[in-house]
Amino acid sequence: MSLLEQIKFLLRITQSNDIIRRYFVVNGFDGALTMMGLIIGFIASSPADLSLVINACLGAAIALGVSGISSAYISESAERRHALGKLEDAMISDLKESAHGEASRFVPILIALVNGFAPLIISLLILIPLWLSKAGVSLPIQPLYAATFVALLLIFLLGIFIGRIAEISWLRSGIQTLLIALLTATMIFLLAGH
Amino acid sequence: MVLVKRVVLDVLKPHQPNALEFSLAIAQVGSGYLVHLKVLEMDEDTETVEVVISGSALNFDDIQAKICDLGGSLHSIDEVEVQSETDTG
Repeated sequence: MSLLEQIKFLLRITQSNDIIRRYFVVNGFDGALTMMGLIIGFIASSPADLSLVINACLGAAIALGVSGISSAYISESAERRHALGKLEDAMISDLKESAHGEASRFVPILIALVNGFAPLIISLLILIPLWLSKAGVSLPIQPLYAATFVALLLIFLLGIFIGRIAEISWLRSGIQTLLIALLTATMIFLLAGH
Repeated sequence: MVLVKRVVLDVLKPHQPNALEFSLAIAQVGSGYLVHLKVLEMDEDTETVEVVISGSALNFDDIQAKICDLGGSLHSIDEVEVQSETDTG
């Protein structure tokens, strides 16, 4: 069995596919909205040096990633241990060396990585316009606005992904998440910079 | 040398992997294995199944190891069919 098939098998026997997808969407959305909030906060403030903006956003992105990995690992390994113990009671046997035992050790790691890397990677994508501008690449719009546009685009794409999972209109779902982002942006503009 | 041709096993297994995946995994233990699985009883977390495996030369130890690897527990060997090799010398 190849590594990919083995991973799919372990996810299937623990029925964790849905959980991974949920963690990806929830924390990915969290990362995109946090980055957008930070950048809009900088737009609403007096102009700041681009290095300062990048470092602040990068710090938040790394913190989101580490928080995602550690929190998901702690909670998921506890859940898996509990599920394995319940199954061992029902089977009246030790399952630690079985596929179920392997899954209870491996699945929390995979879920933790997805939960941590989803916001980290999405945040890094949002920061690309800022890095490009800092490297001297000229952008058609100001780098902070370009980064906000990337954030809105990624939030819209996450909405499409949610729509496809729920098997509802992808456009409606994409617009829904976009409206949440725009509402957040409006709140930041109204409350920040005073 | 005596060859194992067919065994009927009484196995307790978790719901996952399901009956199809469980049978496929056992069939992959050796070449030419024919597996027939029947669910006898269903519980909240487990199910009792009857597994009939036949082939030209079954490796019982490998079959048992695979069942354990899949989280199953062999309760009893209900039927066996063995055959001694014809002496050609």
